[in-house]
This record gives sequence, C-alpha cells and structure tokens, in this order.
Amino acid sequence: MNTLLVVVGAGLIASGGLLALLASRWPRWATGIASGTTVLGCGLGLVPALRVLLGATGEEVRLRWSVPNGDFLVAMDALSAFFLVAIFSLCALAAIYGVEYLQTYRKHKSLGPPWFFFNMLVASMVLVVIARNAVLFLVAWEIMSLASFFLVTFEHEDEGVGRAGWTYLVATHLGTAFLLALFVLLGEGSGSMDFVGFGLAEHPVPRHASLLFVLAVVGFGTKAGFVPFHVWLPEAHPAAPSHVSAVMSGVMIKTGIYGLLRTLTFLGTPPAWWGWLLIAIGLVSGILGVLFALAQHDLKRLLAYHSVENIGIIALGVGVGLLGLSLQSAPMIVLGFGGGLLHVLNHACFKGLLFLGAGAVLHGAGTREIDHLGGLLRRMPWTGWTFLVGAAAISGLPPLNGFVSELLVYLGGLEGVRSASTSHMPILVSVVAGLALIGGLAMACFAKAFGIVFLGEPRSSKAANSHECGWCMRLPMVILAMACAAIGVLGPLMVRLLVPVIALVTGMPDEGVRATTASPCTILGAVVGASVALLLLTVGLVILRKWLLSGQTVSRTVTWDCGYAQPTPRMQYTASSFAQPLTRFFQAFLRPRISLVRPVDTFPASASLATHTDDVFREKVYSPVFRGVARVVSGLRWFQHGRVQIYVLYIALTLLALLLWKLD
Amino acid sequence: MRIASLCQLLLALVLAPLLPGVINKVKAFVAGRTGPPIVQLYHDMFKLLGKGAVYSETTTSVFRFAPLAGLAAVIVALTLLPIGSVRALLAFPGDLVLLAYLLGLMRFLTVIGALDTGSSFEGMGASREVQFSALAEPVLMLTMVALARQADNLSLSGIYPAITGNTWVQAGPALAMISAALLAVSLAENARIPVDDPNTHLELTMIHEVMVLDFSGPDLAFIHYAAALKLWVFGSLLVGLCLPLRTGQALADVGAFLAGMFLFATVIGIIESTMARLRLLRVPQMLVGAGAIAIVALVLVLR
Repeated sequence: MNTLLVVVGAGLIASGGLLALLASRWPRWATGIASGTTVLGCGLGLVPALRVLLGATGEEVRLRWSVPNGDFLVAMDALSAFFLVAIFSLCALAAIYGVEYLQTYRKHKSLGPPWFFFNMLVASMVLVVIARNAVLFLVAWEIMSLASFFLVTFEHEDEGVGRAGWTYLVATHLGTAFLLALFVLLGEGSGSMDFVGFGLAEHPVPRHASLLFVLAVVGFGTKAGFVPFHVWLPEAHPAAPSHVSAVMSGVMIKTGIYGLLRTLTFLGTPPAWWGWLLIAIGLVSGILGVLFALAQHDLKRLLAYHSVENIGIIALGVGVGLLGLSLQSAPMIVLGFGGGLLHVLNHACFKGLLFLGAGAVLHGAGTREIDHLGGLLRRMPWTGWTFLVGAAAISGLPPLNGFVSELLVYLGGLEGVRSASTSHMPILVSVVAGLALIGGLAMACFAKAFGIVFLGEPRSSKAANSHECGWCMRLPMVILAMACAAIGVLGPLMVRLLVPVIALVTGMPDEGVRATTASPCTILGAVVGASVALLLLTVGLVILRKWLLSGQTVSRTVTWDCGYAQPTPRMQYTASSFAQPLTRFFQAFLRPRISLVRPVDTFPASASLATHTDDVFREKVYSPVFRGVARVVSGLRWFQHGRVQIYVLYIALTLLALLLWKLD
Repeated sequence: MRIASLCQLLLALVLAPLLPGVINKVKAFVAGRTGPPIVQLYHDMFKLLGKGAVYSETTTSVFRFAPLAGLAAVIVALTLLPIGSVRALLAFPGDLVLLAYLLGLMRFLTVIGALDTGSSFEGMGASREVQFSALAEPVLMLTMVALARQADNLSLSGIYPAITGNTWVQAGPALAMISAALLAVSLAENARIPVDDPNTHLELTMIHEVMVLDFSGPDLAFIHYAAALKLWVFGSLLVGLCLPLRTGQALADVGAFLAGMFLFATVIGIIESTMARLRLLRVPQMLVGAGAIAIVALVLVLR
C-alpha cells in the first residue's frame, strides 16, 4: 500500500502537469492545477514515506511494461523513503512559492510549460528514487534531466541562459553515458536489469567492483556536482526560476547522492581507497566550491557554488563512512554515513530556503547583483530574517541544523584520527582541517551575502524601492527556516530516524547501528543542552539590557563617519571589496580577471575597476577539450552532403557490410 | 564535582576582565609608564552599563541583537573548558568542535553587526576579520586534533587532565609546537599585536576595534566583556597545555591555573611591547606558518 500511494502521488503530480499544459491559455487555471496537484501529491506521498522511514515496509509494485529488458518495478525501502521525505517536502513548498513567483512572467510568457516541466521534474525525481529496474531508472533519470533543462531555459531570450542550458544538457548526458555503462556491467552479471539481481554479494568475486565504483562516482557525481564535474551547476542553477533553483539545488542534485549510495549497496565491502577517493573529492569540492562562491557578485550564482561546497561535505561524510567500512570501525561508519545523510536533508532545508530568499530579492528588487543591493532587511523583513537563519545554518553555526550534520562528520573524522592506523592519518586529518577551513570560508561568504544584500544602506534605486513578497512566497520560507531550527534542536531524534537508512546502505544489522548511534545521540543531546543555554542566556541578556536602558536616553543618529561631510551609500563596502582579501589570498586557484583603468593626471576623467571570476575548470579544462572535439568532428563534415541518393548509398553499404559480417 | 565545575565558570566570569588589565599594566611597565590600574576594565564596563545608548539610523535589530547573542555564545563556550583536572560543566566527545563553532557564531554576529552600520570602516574590519579567522580556524582544529590523538580522547575534559608533566617529558617537542601554534591563533583571534592593535581606534590598520565603532553604552560593555571572556577561553587552552600541574587537589590546581593565566597575560603584554604590528599581507602568512607547525606537531604525535 505504501509504495502504491507514492506511485499514485507521482502520477497525480504528472497528470496535473499535463493538465496545466493543456490549460496554458488560462494561466490562472494552469497555475492552480499544477501547484495544487503538486501539493496534494506530495502530501499523499509524504505519509507513506515517513511510515516506511519509521519501520513500515514498502511493497514491490510491478506493472506491465513492454520495453526490452525493462520492467516497471518500483519499491520503497528506508533509503528511498529518506530521499522521498526531502523531495516531497521541498517540492510542495516550492510549488506554493511558484504560484506567486511566476506571476511576474504572466504578461509575456505562457505559464503552462514551466508548470508542466516543474511537475514532470517532481514526478520523475520520485520515480528515480523508487525505481528498482535499471531501464526504468534511466528513463526517469532522463525525464528528470530534460524537465530541468527546459526549466533552466525558461528565460531563453537571455543569451547567458541559452548557454547555461546547453552546458547543462551536455554535462548531464555525459554523466548518463557513464551510468549506462555502469548498469550494463551490473546487469551483465545477473542477466536481469532488476536491482535485486545486482547485489554482488551473490557473486563471490566482485570482478569490476572498483570499475563500477568509479563509473558511479563520475556518472552520479556529474548530477551531484562533484568537482571537477560541477561546471554545469553554477551556470544552470542561477538561470532557472528561483523555486526551480531551490528544487534543483535542494533535492535534484541529491538524486546523484542517492544513486551513489544505492550503487554502494550492490558492490559489497569497499577497499580503503574508495573512501580516500570520496574524501579527496569532498575536500576539493568543498574548498573550491566555497572559494568560487566567495568571488561571485551574483547572489544566485553564489548560492549555486555553495551547493558544490555542501555536496563536498556530504561526500566527506560518505567517504569517512566508506573508510570506516573498510577499516571495520562501527563509529566511523555510523558517524560518516549519518552525517552525510543528515546533511542531505539539512542542505535541502537551508539551500531551498536561501534560493527562495534570493528569488524574493530578485522579485522585490529586480536584480541579483549583490553590489547593487543593500538595506533590504528594512524593506523585506520576512525575507531578510529567514535568509539570516538560512545563512547561519549553511555556515554550520550552532544551534541550527547545519551544525548537527557537520558535527557528525567531524566526529567521524576525529574518531578515525583517534583510532585508525597511521597510514590513514593524512586523509582523516584533512577531513577535520578541511571541514574547519570550509566552515570558516562559508561563514565569510554568508556574512558577505547577508551583510551586503540585507544590511547597510541601499546601493541603488532598485534596492531602495524594493518591496516585500506576498504570503505565498513568505510562507515556504518561514516553514523552511523553522525546519532549520527544529532539526538543530532535534538532532538526537534525527539520528535515530537515520538508523534503518544507515543499516541499509552499509549492510550492518539494525541493532548494531542502533547501538552505535547511542554515543552520537548523547553528544547531540549535550549540544541541545548548550543550544538551550545559548537561547536562555540571550533572552536573559536582552531583558538585562532593556532594564539597563530603561530611564536612560536612547537616541538615533547617523553612522559614525569620521567627520566626513557627505558620505553616500556607494562608499559602503561592497561584496567584491569584502571578499577581496580572501580572493587575493587564494588567487592561485581562482584566477580572477581584473580590468583596471587607473585614474591619471591631475584631473582624472574616468577610472574603472571590474573583476570577474570564471570557473577555472570550465575555462582551462573543458573549453579546450570541447574545442578540440569540435575541430576533429568538423573534419568529418565532408561525409554529409545533404543529397538523399548518397544517404541511400550509405544505407546500402552498411547493409552490405553487415551481411558480409554475418556471412561466416 | 559539578559544584567545582560551576565554580570555575564563575571564576572565569568574574576574573576575565583582569586579563586585559594585566596586559596593559605589563605594557606600561615595559614602556616606563604607570599605566591604568589592573581593574580598569571593570570601571569602564560599570560606567558603560550605566549609560544610555546611541544607535545609528542605518542599523536594524541585527545590530542590537548581535552583541547580546555574541556574549551568550562565548559564555556557553566557557562551560566547555576544563581547569586542571576539574571537568567542564558540559563535556562530551567532540566538544572541541562545539567550542570552535561557538566562537565562530560570536564572530559571525560581530561581523554582521558591523556590516549593519553601512560604514566602510566597519566593513573593512569585518572583511579582515573573516579572512584571518577563516585561516585561523583550521589551525585551531589541527592543534586540537593533535592533542586528541596524543591523549586518545575527543573531549576537552578528557584531553586536558591527561596532559601532565610526564607527557611533556615524552612528547615535549610536539607539545611545544602545539603551544606555539595555539599562541599564534590566540593572538589572531583576540585581536592582539602582531595581528591587530587594540590601542588604535580610528586607523585603517585595525580589525576588531573598528568593527565595534558604532556600539555604545551597555552594548559596548557587553562587547568588551565578551572579548575578555574570549581571551580567557584561549588563555585556558594554552595554560592547561603549558602548565600541566595536576596535584589532584582542586584548590591547588585552580591556584596554579590562575597563576598560569597571569603568566599568559604577561607574555602577551611582553609580546605587545616588543613587537610591531605585522603588515596585513603578512598576517595570513603567519597563520599558514602556524598551521605548518601544527602539522609537524601532528606528525610527531602520530610517530
């Protein structure tokens, strides 16, 4: 019954999308149908997903499907249920948000197609995590990629958007090619494309286990945004409408993590180097992600790079867990996988929230350029305060949820440092030191993002005339902000919820995992104690100051300006100047382009400074490679004449060749 | 035991403002001046608490909220610190991460409080603060990792009692390097020379003082107090490491600890009297150097 409900929910969402497409001419109806069915379908699916996570079983559902090797086989276990909870919750909120957000485009665009693709995206994500047949999985995967491609190119009139869309389409298909190879190799052993047969446990020698692992890391890592396969991410996420960016960043890229974890259940006990590889990827993604984020001036692009960073933290957790599996250290397994998985959910909460907040800024002020904003907290208090919660959470600050999952990964690394042999020490120490560096840089970046956008004085008339969004957009942000706080103080409970998921991924018995989670639960309990103390103390201090200031004169005046007579808002520190010391320190990695026109002569006429930070991998790795490919391929152009007769000749020659080949 | 833990928290809360007093006295002594009394900060705070406040028209509630939550964060951080063999009020494996992140929370609040004023001075200070702290954080974590491996424990209250005179005999060079790295982090995190000059208030060279330019009255008192408590946090981390006198008697331990804190303040005073502030571009190099020392120490511990 549980799985069936989820399938029905997904079907409802998909058919709502179709109806919305048919109702394109009546935007109000299209919006109502699509978002209504999404909320309804998500609600319908959320209940069984939670039930399965709490211990119920999700039965197999097999429908007739006439695709060779394919089978419409779906089922739900704890791992699927966990990802479903994230998908359903965030997508429902994004659908509510989208109702108001897309209104702006009503004048010059049909709202049917974006809603159709949004609903297809949601439904296909659901199908991806419940599919139990490789062909069905790949079909769902492809629908997911295409639906999100059309959403990314929603504003295709802009030149940059088109480029972003193509980058995304090429990247995601290159990734899918690796997945195809992965599933063919997996299916080769068992002779069936059903996931049940993939478990290499039945085949004593996991022949290609390491090859399969690498294929999965590249294929799923492209979707997840591991560096160096991340190049599409900072292009595509900012281009999509903001509620879609939230869904893409919050849950769609997590399907890559899901796929990786699912593949791990097929591959048996990992050798230590798998853990090393994932930790290394996690470190590089985390550090480079946050460094590139620091150098951005575009709010949504900054957030997109932070997705790379957070995927890095998730990879660090999974890597620690894998290393724990090969070292047979139960605490490392549970802390690593537990931290990584919880960060999946946490990132869905705060990154969803931040993208929705960025959307509200774009909606209210009409620009995403950080250096043109400022002082929005007064004009958009709901957006501002919820954005602050998200910013603190993503920086991993207590008492919010980001800290809980990062602490688990830290503990996994520290446990390894304490107990593992010296040979694994370099990688484990870099987990801890790397997390600290990522944390410090993320804090710097979000102090910038929040501080420059929402605090100070408006830097342009757009910012000065910005307005708060309506309740349809506010409500999802408020709910997500509350979720960030709630997960922060419910840490022990969340870890208990994760027990069956960890057990499923690692193949450990439930009781074993539960026993091992006792210690992290106590630790998180103590953290909750500290958080409560923090809140009480803050409240106490607020009261104390109120009492101290009662009866005193409290006056307001201008900010201290050192006696300068005419300060203007443009003299404030900007995002670029705020990040400049760090970007210069790390310029070996970032390679910013700086064009500076110096003021000359006694009465300088004009001067300007522009900095731009391109993605190093895009500029230095992929662009040359693709240019080379294009050169080689254009050499084959003589092959195509556009004459039908020649094509018929090609067909005949091919047939002849095939016949000759089959002759002997 | 709980009572002892609570007492040491109270001790920190009461005595922390003495540390800047001692530092200033030492600096005055080296310079041949009389200097302000050791209890000067108490006078300042008392005076500020009795005053009204002036807020900038640009600021929002963030500005009013930041110093209070920052002070609360550092007080909670204090509950994680053991003194000698006395356990901390709150101790669990991994509390060293919470300690680092609570200090991070305090810094985040100070930074957004500074950005709330819209002043370019304060933006400048905030920008420098996040740069140096982002580089100092991994160093702090590396020293803690080295100590955790040395003591085979993940809790500060387990690590510090395990460090004794005997540990110094066995792993002296490693501990000395850890102390050096920790001292560098302390100087950077507490805005002391050679990273920041606590005496300059209106120059482009400073970091912490410029971020709090617009605070006044009780808020400023809270900020001064929080800064003193933060100095106390780093002082106790260093003193517990460098003066591992564990007599087993709580009173003697605490006495030795207090003497150590006095010594810590004196050392900072001497450093400040004998060194000039580094150029801003050199500060990251100093922190990276401290990180390298911490890594070498870690290698020695692992050996």
